[in-house]
Amino acid sequence: MLTHLPVLVVLAPLLAAPVAALMRGAFAPWVVATLVSWFSFVCSLLLLAQVSDQGVIVYSMGGWEAPWGIEYRIDFANALLLVLITGLASIVMPYARLSVRHEIGDERSPMFYAAMLLLVLGLCGMTATGDAFNIFVFLEISSLATYTLLAMGKDRRALTSSFSYLVMGTIGGTFYLIGVGFLYVMTGTLNIADLAERLPALSDSATVRTGFAFIVTGICLKLALFPLHLWLPNAYTFAPSAVTALLGATATKVAVYILVRMVFTVFGVEFSFVTIPLSDVLVPLAIVGLLSASSVSIMQPNVKRMLAYSSVAQISYIILGIGMGTAMGLTAALLHVFNHGVMKAALFMALGAVSYRMGGTDLKHMNGLARTMPLTFWAFVIGGLSLIGVPLTVGFVSKWHLILAAMELGWWPVVVVILVGSILAVIYIGRVVEAGFFKEPEDSTRREAPAGLLIPLWILVIANIWLGIDTRLTVDIAEAAAAQLMAGGVVR
Amino acid sequence: MSGLGIWNYVIFIFLMMAGLYMVISSTNLVKKIIGLNVFQTSVFFMYISFGYIDGGAGPVLAEGVTLYSNPLPHVLILTAIVVGVATTAVGLALTIRIKESFGSIEEDDLHKMDPSI
Repeated sequence: MLTHLPVLVVLAPLLAAPVAALMRGAFAPWVVATLVSWFSFVCSLLLLAQVSDQGVIVYSMGGWEAPWGIEYRIDFANALLLVLITGLASIVMPYARLSVRHEIGDERSPMFYAAMLLLVLGLCGMTATGDAFNIFVFLEISSLATYTLLAMGKDRRALTSSFSYLVMGTIGGTFYLIGVGFLYVMTGTLNIADLAERLPALSDSATVRTGFAFIVTGICLKLALFPLHLWLPNAYTFAPSAVTALLGATATKVAVYILVRMVFTVFGVEFSFVTIPLSDVLVPLAIVGLLSASSVSIMQPNVKRMLAYSSVAQISYIILGIGMGTAMGLTAALLHVFNHGVMKAALFMALGAVSYRMGGTDLKHMNGLARTMPLTFWAFVIGGLSLIGVPLTVGFVSKWHLILAAMELGWWPVVVVILVGSILAVIYIGRVVEAGFFKEPEDSTRREAPAGLLIPLWILVIANIWLGIDTRLTVDIAEAAAAQLMAGGVVR
Repeated sequence: MSGLGIWNYVIFIFLMMAGLYMVISSTNLVKKIIGLNVFQTSVFFMYISFGYIDGGAGPVLAEGVTLYSNPLPHVLILTAIVVGVATTAVGLALTIRIKESFGSIEEDDLHKMDPSI
């Protein structure tokens, strides 16, 4: 069974999704979704252990060797991403029970859990596969599940936000498909390892360069790089809380991983950063996105929307790391992918608990939260500190590495930008903390969120602190992953 | 390529641009979906043209035939067509729900009702 781990991670949610959809009531599909997420999480942890023991794992689907069959190829980078996706799914699923009953209702619950499982399946599939076309198929599976989940929000604007994401997401996915088509015409293969071998000889070809442009633009639409982020704020604001927590933490991160895989493995560092000046495009966009999105989030009256804009800013940090084109920059980017997932999920889950008790996530609902919902509020504060990058939280670890990477290149203005971004985060998180501590609540009776919401939330908050103090696990894996990716091509 | 010339690719680029233009310029949500469909179909066209080989027969083993067209792009596009149909279905379902809850599928009207859309 251990040799089949790469496919089990993906297969378990695939099989469970229709089962959940056929069930009645809210409880049974929830149990299925939770157990399957836990199963996938255990598989991912075992995979990560296997990768660190034996190196890269290659799994041929159905026994058909590549290039005839599709192969799954697990190295440090995607093992880390698999742990992130399935780990967060395992925490969000238990949390979803009360939150979904409150926001969606029992009747539509089976479909909700089926769509959640399809989302997890799509994200895991994109991460695990070693085939460029297979990535497109899983990308569309996860996107279709996302459109459905977004539209389940209570507010009617959830529908329009889902529609605009459908339009933008489909354009992004199709751009990726066009790019892959160009690569196929030039190389005659869709296997990522073979592509990586054959492309360096073709780096002068205009077709390959056009393909590169299509792929990078398409994926940047999916990962919401400024100025392609316009679908994101509305989508995150109006989606159900559990959906925002999972999506905000994982969906854009997987798109980042695909970008990394394409730029570093398929095209290679030489092509991406020397032949094509990718840094000159990504770094300015990341800096503008970081500053503008952080500034916009200061002015948002709705806290969920504020965090959505902050997600755009945090994605910019990650893109900044990738744009540096160095091993240290890439390490920082991968670290921030993981760490931002952990902290954003905690923040969105805390907001979900507030919305459960207070009926909304506007700034006025935060008034006096320190007295009415202290545990939820403190979870939000710790998540917020992590977002700012205060030492002893995960946010500090990745920002520290990003600053080190910028200093290594001598990019002092970029170091200043990163610090200014943190100061802006202090301001927007500070507004919420101020309301929670000093403003008078309308009704000051204590009404803490139920344990079903608090326990998953606090597990994540503790993970935020734990991984901020004990950095061996994440930093070592991110460094190993960056070393593998920078080596170019594919480690056989 | 000379059999078909570059004619196929001209059509592909025209359809792609027309589709994208429709998505951006129409304010009606159904027209946006139609544009999206045209855009996706153009890509199918591109892939299918890739697979064609001058004088190549259909990829079925037969006696006396040595040159076959490449069937792989066609198979890929079969998958992509399914994806396209699913996206259209979800898009149309969303449009119906938007019509039910807002009473309009014109972007201008929706924007008037709520500027954040």
